[in-house]
Amino acid sequence: MNTFDSWLLFIIILIPFAGAIFIIFIPKEQKSFIHWTATTLGLITMVLSIYSFAAYSHTEGGFQFNNSWVWMELPGSWLFGHRAIELNLGVDGISAPMIMLTGIVMFTGILASRSVSERPKEFFVLYLLLIAGVFGVFCSLDLFFLFFFYELSVLPMYLLIGIWGSSTDFKTFIRTKEYGAMKLMLYLVAGSVLIWISILAIFAEAGLGTFGIPALANIEFSTTFQLIIFPLVALGFGILAGLWPFHTWSPDGHVAAPTAVSMVHAGVLMKLGAYGIIRVGMFLLPTGAEQWAPVLLGLGTINVIYGALSALGQRDLKYVVGYSSVSHMGYVLMGIATLNIIGVTGAVLQMFSHGIMTALFFLVVGIIYERTNTRDIGALEGIAKHMGWVAVLFVIAGLTSLGLPGLSGFVAELLVFIGLFKTYPILGILGIIGAAITAVYILRLIAKVFFGKLNEKIWKDQLNSKFTKQPDANYWERISSLILAISILVVGLFPFPFIEVIDTGVSEVLARMAGTL
Amino acid sequence: MNNFLLLLPEVLVLILGFSILIIDFFIPKDKKHLLAYLSIVVLTGIVIFTLVFLWGKTDELYGGILRFDGYSLFFKVFFIILGGILIISSIEYVKRHLSNPSEYYAILIFTIVAMMLMSSSGELLTAYIALETLSFGLYVLVAFDRYNIKSNEAGTKYIILGGLSSALLLFGISQIYGLLGTTQFDEIAEVLSTMKSINPGLLIGISFLLAGLGFKVAAVPFHMWAPDVYEGSPTPITAHLAVGSKAAAFALIIRLFVSGLAPLMADLQIILIIMSALTMAVGNLMALVQSNIKRLLAYSSIGHAGYLLLGLAALVGINQSGDLNLVFVSRTNLAINGIILHLIAYGVSNLAAFVSISIIYKKAGNENIKDLAGLSKVSPFLSMVFASSLFSLAGLPIFAGFVSKFYLFNAATLQGLIWLVAIAIFTSLISLYYYLQVLRQIYIEKSERTEPIELSKTSISILSVLFVSMIFVGIYPAPLLDAIQHASAALLNMK
Repeated sequence: MNTFDSWLLFIIILIPFAGAIFIIFIPKEQKSFIHWTATTLGLITMVLSIYSFAAYSHTEGGFQFNNSWVWMELPGSWLFGHRAIELNLGVDGISAPMIMLTGIVMFTGILASRSVSERPKEFFVLYLLLIAGVFGVFCSLDLFFLFFFYELSVLPMYLLIGIWGSSTDFKTFIRTKEYGAMKLMLYLVAGSVLIWISILAIFAEAGLGTFGIPALANIEFSTTFQLIIFPLVALGFGILAGLWPFHTWSPDGHVAAPTAVSMVHAGVLMKLGAYGIIRVGMFLLPTGAEQWAPVLLGLGTINVIYGALSALGQRDLKYVVGYSSVSHMGYVLMGIATLNIIGVTGAVLQMFSHGIMTALFFLVVGIIYERTNTRDIGALEGIAKHMGWVAVLFVIAGLTSLGLPGLSGFVAELLVFIGLFKTYPILGILGIIGAAITAVYILRLIAKVFFGKLNEKIWKDQLNSKFTKQPDANYWERISSLILAISILVVGLFPFPFIEVIDTGVSEVLARMAGTL
Repeated sequence: MNNFLLLLPEVLVLILGFSILIIDFFIPKDKKHLLAYLSIVVLTGIVIFTLVFLWGKTDELYGGILRFDGYSLFFKVFFIILGGILIISSIEYVKRHLSNPSEYYAILIFTIVAMMLMSSSGELLTAYIALETLSFGLYVLVAFDRYNIKSNEAGTKYIILGGLSSALLLFGISQIYGLLGTTQFDEIAEVLSTMKSINPGLLIGISFLLAGLGFKVAAVPFHMWAPDVYEGSPTPITAHLAVGSKAAAFALIIRLFVSGLAPLMADLQIILIIMSALTMAVGNLMALVQSNIKRLLAYSSIGHAGYLLLGLAALVGINQSGDLNLVFVSRTNLAINGIILHLIAYGVSNLAAFVSISIIYKKAGNENIKDLAGLSKVSPFLSMVFASSLFSLAGLPIFAGFVSKFYLFNAATLQGLIWLVAIAIFTSLISLYYYLQVLRQIYIEKSERTEPIELSKTSISILSVLFVSMIFVGIYPAPLLDAIQHASAALLNMK
């Protein structure tokens, strides 16, 4: 492995972090310089993250791009002589696609933030901190740093939503952005409370004096311990993944957030939760995972159905997308809980696919809201006439979401369903019913909002005066959405390179589980 | 043979204090801030001198009454630096609100000497005298804003309750002396380890001792004085109370517990656990309903005292038998490191918060959280430091508070206190709520505020120093931890 490869992950985390610090020193008047700095750094990071996926060798498997630095010595004597907290970086087949996902969504988010004109400096500082945290979680092979970066990604959320977010006011249904921000923040930190406790318990129980995941994976924890700790881990990360009944922060928070933050949060941060369940829960506590899998599966099924039904009843366009995220994360949880290789691979692919798709959704909804100042489905009708580009993109995202073959969602959901039918056929049927409900609310939405009958007078009133000349997506938004749409198509048409990589990671996790059967 | 030169750092600081009083006569009334600059320069010199002079020395004075080791050196340096920061951050405040600046700075410097002696004392009465010297200085400083009714009230409350706690402390010491025949820490440990059963009178004595010290660190149920006193004091003195006097008390308590009461720790643990749980819960819950920022930080610092008590409870393992083998010692070592690290991380963050407050609020005595609205628009730098200090207190990365909490809780978990740790982590979630409410005012709420808050060069530099150290400890704590390990190893007599 050459030097560049061994520093790759560190650089991927460092660029957004250093970028955040750099932007602090740019005078706030130089708005365009701030935008260009963020865009350039975002582009570099995206390219590096795609490189990390492309260069990951699935024939070798295991953790690659490894590197570690001693961060803090722990005094005292421990078994086996590990006695330090190390910044231990590496990727396997599960985290490689996640890193690429983060890179893509992050960059498209920056492009979509071109329109942020209020306090762009603070916005990008916080946004880049968030990104550094997300990359850190996917790259860390050390429980301490996994947690460190997880908390880092939670930290900027309150301000990002509170300052740049938008409130929902339907007279009978009022959700202020402050409410959404506080709810999201408290739920996520509540999740991290459980994660923190379980990490400390795992460390103390193992007695190795290290938080390193590869080292801890060699320990066989007692069954009782696993049975107690696994639900804590699963619940803690599950809250982040939108696990029912702790999902309510997700629609409220995502709706209140500004476009780029919704994209990253729904697109990537929710995947941190599912990733954590696999990496910490299944990898370190296989017996616990096995015993608790049916519960997780049941909750995942409720997620799918409940999320889809809730989406059906929403008036706010963004809430529909928010609840569809809850519903789709249900497939991820179901796939993970099947514990067979097809199901889990499907779940990881679904994480990637949903990340891209939901980012596209939020991007489109964000554009519509910016132009018309409303997200009320009742008030929007037939806007495709003036916003052709936006309509096409929404249709692509919508069709991905309901699982049309040829788009990424189909492959992922198909794998999850095959996995489910191998273990719990009945739940598989429920899952498919969920997909059918998705089709109902998506197609209904497309029919009314985009291809309904346009009333020109209402449209004139709605349209923000800044955009009368060009109500459709601008160039930045077009580039941004094209990147996302192309990713969806690539995964949908050529899923095998992805599945091969994911497969190596998943099979290792499952092999460890089979070993303890 | 007593080597009195060992006391040189204390003596030098003392001389500085008296010189300030004398030099005062020769300085015109509008140039009094020069006294502050003078003391900072001299204190910087003393820090360097202390480090060079006491480095690697392990010695004692008066047959073990005062101990000079890595542990006391660490805290002495910490206290002198802390004193310097307090003086710098006082300059603006004193100019604006207080008369008699020379006395203010001199008394502040005397309290530094007291804190230095507390970290050195290896005997109960010496510790008591040092503690009283500190308290007397603080009684005066708390009431220093003479024409402010709240400051007067705070001073009265503090002196009455402080006097009561001193009485409790003295009674406890006399009980211990009466039953064990000694007040020296290491001799207490020796006598205790030969005792078959514990005399109830001794338990009463130790309980009173704990109660007296509990007052000083504002542990529940001895915390009632804290919010009123914190609110009424001049803001730099509030910082002193929250950081300096608390750190000094903990420096004393750790030495007392580790080298004096170690054989009893397993019995004391349950008391410490209950106190810690109560302190965390009450402090953080009461902070939820505060509308005054200084009261809010008072309750939050009560909560933080709870985390530190958690560390004390974790000095011994749960159900640990008397023999101290290597693993146990290394876990005790982790716990001590955790307490000291958290003291420093909490200290730095709290200092940053209080310095910001003293700059933001022009009028003393009415520090409403609502008045912070719209601050970020006019003073982005100040808001950033203030927000970071709150994030650090809440325990979020990349700030010092996260690392120190993680380290401390990890040490406690290793000692089997996972349930207490769970409470601690949960209360720190609660604390996030009220810190976010403050942030909401600073960043989200709109206001008419248009005039930026003027920052003097000293304020900018002190804020930058605190901000950078918060982040530095948060990202790379290894150098600080090395120093701390040096200190706690000296305490545990390890190589």
